[in-house]
Order: sequence, then structure tokens, then C-alpha cells
Amino acid sequence: MRYSVEESGSPPSLLRTASAMAIRLIENYAKNLVLTVQDYSIFAARAFSNLYRPPIYWPEFLVQADIIGFGSLSIVILSGLSTGGVLALQSAATLSAFGATAVTGQFVSLTMIRELGPVLTGVMVSGRNASSMASELGSMIVTEQIDAMRALGVDPMRKLVTPRIAASITMLFFLTIVADACGIAGGGLVTVLMNHQNGTQYLDMAWEHLRFADIVQGLVKPLFFGYILGSIGCFYGMRTTGGTQGVGRSTISAVVWASVLIIFVDFLLTQVLLRLFPPL
Amino acid sequence: MIPPDASTQPGPEQDPAPDAAPVVVFRNVSIAFDGPPVLDDVSFSIAPGETRVLLGPAGVGKSVLLKLVNGLLRPDQGHIELFGQEIARMPEEQLFPIRARTGMVFQEGALFDSLTVRDNVAYQLIQERVPDEEIDQRVRDALRFVELEETFDLYPASLSGGMRRRVAIARALIHQPELLLYDSPTGGLDPLTSTTIMELIVKERDVYQTPSLMVTHRIQDALILCNHHFDQEQGRMVPLPKGQTAPGTTFLMLEEGRLIFDGTLDELVRSTNPFVREFLE
Repeated sequence: MRYSVEESGSPPSLLRTASAMAIRLIENYAKNLVLTVQDYSIFAARAFSNLYRPPIYWPEFLVQADIIGFGSLSIVILSGLSTGGVLALQSAATLSAFGATAVTGQFVSLTMIRELGPVLTGVMVSGRNASSMASELGSMIVTEQIDAMRALGVDPMRKLVTPRIAASITMLFFLTIVADACGIAGGGLVTVLMNHQNGTQYLDMAWEHLRFADIVQGLVKPLFFGYILGSIGCFYGMRTTGGTQGVGRSTISAVVWASVLIIFVDFLLTQVLLRLFPPL
Repeated sequence: MIPPDASTQPGPEQDPAPDAAPVVVFRNVSIAFDGPPVLDDVSFSIAPGETRVLLGPAGVGKSVLLKLVNGLLRPDQGHIELFGQEIARMPEEQLFPIRARTGMVFQEGALFDSLTVRDNVAYQLIQERVPDEEIDQRVRDALRFVELEETFDLYPASLSGGMRRRVAIARALIHQPELLLYDSPTGGLDPLTSTTIMELIVKERDVYQTPSLMVTHRIQDALILCNHHFDQEQGRMVPLPKGQTAPGTTFLMLEEGRLIFDGTLDELVRSTNPFVREFLE
């Protein structure tokens, strides 16, 4: 009697089955990823075009601006102060080896304004607001409130999504300025109180070496990051499925992808901005 | 606008012409979601002034069918006409003004929990920038119709399940819809509250004669709708004389996505279809 390899469940057969399953898993994952990117692109493009087309829901925009802007103020101030302080501590320790502690102010202000201010604020605000948008819109999906809105003849994209994105862009811009200012202030406090250096010198160095290009770089980034956190939060909220568990999944995805995208886009933007405004 | 004394005045004359065009037409509609079809080759229509009751056990595609009627879902195949316009492949932006002509009552009410009852009921009017005084008046009239005037300033969270459905009915009615869609309006409610909701649906049907489609898995609701009428003099729902049924109230039945019955109550109870018989018994 002859036995085929496939029938006997021998190691080569198991290997083939396992590899086929793995390929199928990878294939499904890749398909889902491509589909998600495609859906997000359509969603983001539609949301962006709605920013310029009436009707624009100004009351909703103001409510969201208050939630995102004023609501995130405390975490932005605290994280800005701490980051500036840490930068001053770390830089002073390194710079003292070269006898250059006088440039601590320049180091802190440039790092905060060009890089850490926008990125840190983007990540902090996305942690608070992308999650809130995803869970709020997700809950509205699972309780059919979004369907009810559509049934009443109101476009949820315009009514819910566009004001959130517009408010995210606007408020992240101002929150970044607050974070920058707090970072420089935090660095100044550490420089004076802990490193026992001259405060006037710190502020002079922080101000004098600041160029217009640095400020442009620091204020262009939050416009992109605001769009990312608003659109990602709303995107995952609006595609929620699977009840309350689905709301949880959407919230996690929104925070993770908004943070990752902010850091990735920061890398791309820095490349572009450094070409546009080359360092002296 | 719903008149303040709607519960005591005769309804407007809305009897359609016999050859009036149907409000809703389904032709060979099919839809699936990652699996076997949820609806398969479904065809039916709703005439002006007609009330249709869509029966079937849970999970046969009743709610999906209802969401297809006003374009909340798109069919994979077939044609859907709403108010004479083909909506199956109409862009979403063009659908909003058509949907605004319909009223829909969702299974759990689907009230906006961040808004008061007043703002929920007035949602469409607020979007249309109707003056506040007119909004307040119309909301009070609509709430009076569902006998919930006292909830004007409350939030949905402080209402019971039955009250939320009644507010949802008021929200669906305030804009004088040309078609009403009810998605299991009594689902999950106690018998007394269910009867209150059914009385409102009967009242709406007999006072305003708006064409409607009601989805339900409860045969007793369908029978109430067929065997009762709203007596405007007494201001309450009363049984029709024995042997009479409400004219213009007819039935549809789904079985695993296929439409297996389309006819009157009389035809329904005489049906020999085993699924219909089992459902009725």
C-alpha cells in the first residue's frame, strides 16, 4: 500500500499548509492596509475640500476650538515647561565640557521652535483629541446617531468632521506657540535656578540667534499636524464597527496612527523645509 | 407644521388619486455584506397614503431594507425610486435634500445625546435657520402630538426608552415628511409602552395619512395597526368593527433576504406558505 506525503500529514505537508496560511495572512493584511490607505485618502480629500465650500458650521467650529484649544492648554503648558527644562539641563551638562554653557538659550529656543514644540504639541494634543474624536464619533455610529443625521438631510462630513479638522489646524498652531514660549521659559527657569547662570544672557542668546526661517519652520508644521490629528481621529471614528468594542479599537487606532503619522510627516517636512530654508 | 390641536381635529384631506405615482419603488434589489446576500431580488412599492408593514424574524434584512429606502445604504443590484427619483446610484450630496423629505424613527430612537429634546426635535429646523420663536412653537406642537410636552428642556439620558421613541417620532414628524420609516418602533419595550407607541403610529396614519413603512418582528403590532383606527373625537385609538381592517395598510414578509409575501391582512392569514404560517402561529 502506498501513502502520499499529503495524506500522511508529514512535515513537508504541514510546512506547505503553514506557509500557505502565512501567505494568506500577509495577503489579507496587505489588502486591508491598502484599502485603509485608499479610504483615508478619499476621506481626507473630501474633508479638505469641505474646508473651502459652504455651508461652514461656525458654531461647531467654535465649540471644537474651545475643546481642543482651551482643553489642551494645561497639558501643553506642562509638557512645554518640562521639555524646555530638560533641554536646558541636558545641554548645559554637555556644553559645559566645551565651556559653552552661554549658548544654552540658543540651543533650547531653536530646538523648541523648530522641532520639539510642534512635534510634542502634535503628539500630546493627538493623544487627547484624536482619541476623543474617534470615541465620540464612534459612539455616534454605533448608536445610529450618524445615520439619523444623514436621514435628517444633514451631511455628517460637513457638520461633524470639517469643524473638528478646521479647529485642530487652527488651535494646534496657537498651542504650538504656547508650547514654544513655555519651553523657552522652562529652560530659562532651569538655567537660572538650577544651573545658576545668567538669565539675561539666556534670553539674549535665545532671541538673537532666532531667524525668520526658524519661526516659519516651527509654524508650518502644526498646520500639517493639526490636519493629521483631526482627520485621523474623525476617520477612525466614522468607520467604527462592532459596538462598544469597536469604539475602543477605533480610539486606539486613532491615537497610534495620528502619533506615528505626525512623527513621520515631521521627518518629511523637515527635509523639505531645510531645502527651502537652508541653515546658514 | 403640526397643528396644536392635532389630536382633536380631523386630519387634512390627503387621499391620493387612484393612479398617483408610488412614493417608493424597489425593483430586483439585492445587497450583501461580505457573505451571502442579505436581500435578494426584492421588489415592491409604496403608494401615496399607503402604510406597509414589513414582517419577519430578527436577522432577515428588515432594517437593511429600510435603510435602502432613503439611501442610507446602497444596493449591489437593482433600482430604488424615492419620490420618482432613482436613488440607488445617486451621489450622497444629492441625496440629502431627498432624505430631508422623509422621516425616520430608528430602533433605539437615535437621539443626539448632547442635545436637549427641543434641539433634537428641531434639528432639521435649526439647520434651515428657522426663527427661534417658530422653532419653539413647532417643537411644542410636535411634543404635544406625542404627549411629551414636559420634556422640552430635558436631555435624552433622562428619558425612558419609550419616551425616547416618542421624541424620535416627534423629530420625524416635525418637518411634515412625505414618507415615514419606522425601524422596530416597539422593540425592547414593555407591552403598555408598545401600545402607546402603536397608538401614535395609528394616530399619525389616520390624521396625516403620510405613506409609511414599518419594520417589526411583532405580529401583535401589525395587528394593532390593521385592526384599529384613531378616533379624533374621542382623541384615542379604538378597535375597528369586527371584520373590518384599516384600508391601505398592507403587509410584506421577508425570509432570509427574499420577499415571500406582499398583500393584505386577509391574504396574510390565508397564506399557505409554511414560513408565513409558522411566523403567524
